[in-house]
Amino acid sequence: MAETMSPEEEFAQRWRKFADVSPYNRELGLLPHSVRPDWCVLKVDYKDDLVGDPNTRVLHGGVITALLDAAFGFSIFVKIPQFRPMATLDLRIDYLRPATPDKAVLGGAVCYKLTPDLAFVRGCAYHESPDDPIATAVGIYMFTSGSTVIQNEERPR
Amino acid sequence: MKFADLLISCRASGDLGPMVQSIPYANFLDLRIDIKGDEFTCILPFEKKLIGNPVLPALHGGATGGFLECAGLFYLLWKMDTKTLPKTIDFNIDYLRTGQPRDTFANVVMVKLGRRVANLRIEAWQSSPDKPIALGHCNFMLDA
Repeated sequence: MAETMSPEEEFAQRWRKFADVSPYNRELGLLPHSVRPDWCVLKVDYKDDLVGDPNTRVLHGGVITALLDAAFGFSIFVKIPQFRPMATLDLRIDYLRPATPDKAVLGGAVCYKLTPDLAFVRGCAYHESPDDPIATAVGIYMFTSGSTVIQNEERPR
Repeated sequence: MKFADLLISCRASGDLGPMVQSIPYANFLDLRIDIKGDEFTCILPFEKKLIGNPVLPALHGGATGGFLECAGLFYLLWKMDTKTLPKTIDFNIDYLRTGQPRDTFANVVMVKLGRRVANLRIEAWQSSPDKPIALGHCNFMLDA
């Protein structure tokens, strides 16, 4: 019997190939986990070569940075009617506790304000629940001129 | 070799290579460290896997951010007598220019060294140090 997918997972599935266009996302194994306009989640599986402290086997903060930066971008994409190229203006991350070794980390984000030029985003990294975060973050993104990674015709609905 | 012993031998020899190699994520980024007297430079050699936007192409913001954080950590490990890895408390990144598909360099300034916390400013640049592509500002908890 085929596994049943929730509408959120099914929607995330359709976003999957778009996460793949970024080589760095691919290298870290960042993939959409569940996608809702108000909470867009990417996942990174635990990998030994992404460890930051060999004594504790905790993932490096840089992995969390990449996960949240990518989740932030996605949370903006799901809010705007068509793709626009954008650049991260700034990103602030507070590390509340170390990630648990061997566990996948989820990065959830919501774009809570859009202006013609800017997108304001907040989110967090966690294992089970956003109420028990590993790290919290806020970011500001600026829409730029230039080409998008994804063609608008391909945009999942 | 225990990490603390590795630190001591790296500081003594001035070659941080073995320390970088002991940290999987730094190895994954293939980081290099160049120390000339008092001058500390961390280098992120360009690789295709670091690209975030293949159309431009531009470095992934997460790759630049992770590089800044590593540069700060290695700077502290080189500068300080810590026996363990400092813990990142918070990290603020300003992205100033598109990261081009080429090698990136980072220099570190210790803004304030307290008893338990070090406040650092880290500047990443490519063509020239006066044209930074990203600025990191962060607090690290040092071992007690």
